[in-house]
Amino acid sequence: MAEFIQIIVSGLAAGSIYALAAVGFTLLWQASQTINFAQGEFVMLPAFFVLVGMNFLGLSMWPAILFALVLSLLVLGVLFKKLVVEPMLPHGTLPLVIATIALGLLLKESVKEFYGATAQPFPPIFPQTVFQAFGANISVQDICNLAISMLAIGGLQLFLNRTRTGRSMQATAQNPGVAEILGVNVRRMVMYTFLINAALATIASVLISPIYLAKFSNGETLGLVAFIAAIVGGFNQIRGALVGGLLIGVIDNISALYVSAQYRSAMPLLLLIAIILLRPQGLLGTSEGRTV
Amino acid sequence: MSRLKLFIAAAAVALLIVAPLGQGNYITYVMTSWLVFSITAMGLNLTLGFAGQVSLAQAAFMGIGAYVTALMTLAGIPWILAALTSIGVSFAVGLLLGYPALRVQHHFLAFITLAFNTLLFLVLRNEEWLTGGSFGLSGMPRPTVFGLSTNMNLQFYYFALACFLVSVAVMWWILRSPWGRAFRALRENPVRAESLGLKIRRQTLLAFAIGSAFGGFAGALQSPLVQFIEPNSFSLIHSLKILLMVVVGGSGFFFGPMLGAAVVILLPELLRFTEGYYLIIYSTLVIVLMVYSPNGLIGAGQKIWARFRPKHEARRDMEKGFQL
Repeated sequence: MAEFIQIIVSGLAAGSIYALAAVGFTLLWQASQTINFAQGEFVMLPAFFVLVGMNFLGLSMWPAILFALVLSLLVLGVLFKKLVVEPMLPHGTLPLVIATIALGLLLKESVKEFYGATAQPFPPIFPQTVFQAFGANISVQDICNLAISMLAIGGLQLFLNRTRTGRSMQATAQNPGVAEILGVNVRRMVMYTFLINAALATIASVLISPIYLAKFSNGETLGLVAFIAAIVGGFNQIRGALVGGLLIGVIDNISALYVSAQYRSAMPLLLLIAIILLRPQGLLGTSEGRTV
Repeated sequence: MSRLKLFIAAAAVALLIVAPLGQGNYITYVMTSWLVFSITAMGLNLTLGFAGQVSLAQAAFMGIGAYVTALMTLAGIPWILAALTSIGVSFAVGLLLGYPALRVQHHFLAFITLAFNTLLFLVLRNEEWLTGGSFGLSGMPRPTVFGLSTNMNLQFYYFALACFLVSVAVMWWILRSPWGRAFRALRENPVRAESLGLKIRRQTLLAFAIGSAFGGFAGALQSPLVQFIEPNSFSLIHSLKILLMVVVGGSGFFFGPMLGAAVVILLPELLRFTEGYYLIIYSTLVIVLMVYSPNGLIGAGQKIWARFRPKHEARRDMEKGFQL
């Protein structure tokens, strides 16, 4: 039982970080029909911005994180939208998919060449202590990760539902044409979405890197997991991506213990296939009439 | 086929025949590799360029072909039987995989093939009793054709060339048959195609399965070419690589995959002097190409050609045909 609680908690903690990436993924999809195959690399990169800030610019940790956030907003938000997505939108989805695949490769290889191919230690943000609850060992780091991710997603949800800008963003996602007629600045709303995605990626990166170390190839698994989480939860719902992320985190941890270490990474994939077969709109998703 | 086209085709075949003569072992090997990847990219082009579905498991189908061929030829079964089995198995797996995915249309084939590729990788890596695990399988015999061995790289090149030409002929025939015309109708205007009585789902599924079978055949060639296969050669990144081949060359064009495969296979050789920066340069080029010409290199060529012929209208079918 104690072991089970331990697994669930650490699964939820990891899952909440996946959820951050998955939420960004669904936001981009809603706002601009961008299937971002570089999402994993988007989560990998900010950690290296932090490391650059600390090791080369001599910043201490928090200023370095701020530096990484600004740089991420610029590179993964503004530049990504202006240089990659915008010129390609009129061409349809496929060229953009190819371009994001290439972008992922570009980010990964650039980090490998310019920073280093080995896993880099990343400073922990939270104390590495462990406390006992119900006989289980629970790490403070896990709890803090879970709390921060939940706060970020909750805050985002509030922003989207309660503020004028947020509602305009939703309107843009649902029907850009009508939103424009009603006076919403569609281009700006889409830009906000890209910025939010970049910010979520930065948070996810800073939370996950102390656990997995910062490595150029981290994006491969993270991207796949975010992708699966988004589909499992429902491609057009933020709540869906959240549930999907948490579910994948827990399933991943449970299958590592109870199934087999070898086939651990197969479980989320089997879940994905089952969801596509049984409930293609995702657990919480509503069926989309739109043809892509 | 006009006389000019026939002449160009004959010249191209002649060029492919003389090209490896006098080249070193390594160049011949690279060219053979190009032939193999052209076959698999040609298959993906049927799925992507003609049926408008994204498959992210083409490397997995190559893997199925390569492992089936390796296991059968290592057991002493002739290559030709192994290759036919590889094609059959890939086709069947394609049908099984595509049926549920295409039930829900849109981008789901992409997702399900993505999952399949990763799952197959895990199975290949973990089931050591069958696949040798991460050590892979090695020492596959090269086939003997009419008593001639293909152990030398040059001989194997001609063997692969023959297989390549057969594949090209089959693909040409598929695309010109009523089936192939149906694929094209589907891409140009699915609604109209359906109103004319075409079963969209069945056609798309068939295109995907045939495309996968081409992947399996390429795998059957890959196995004796490399004579060492391991799970990593068929992981997701390779599926993405094959996808890039098709798109870089120009998806939906008959010769797009061959051009794309040439670029993807030969570029590393040309950019060798840049050492580690090769992939950085390559991925940047792909992004620039996609911005400038989503129809790939052939599309870019047509665009430039159109500048000199003002009345030529560029293709627009990409906008509607792709569903991801």
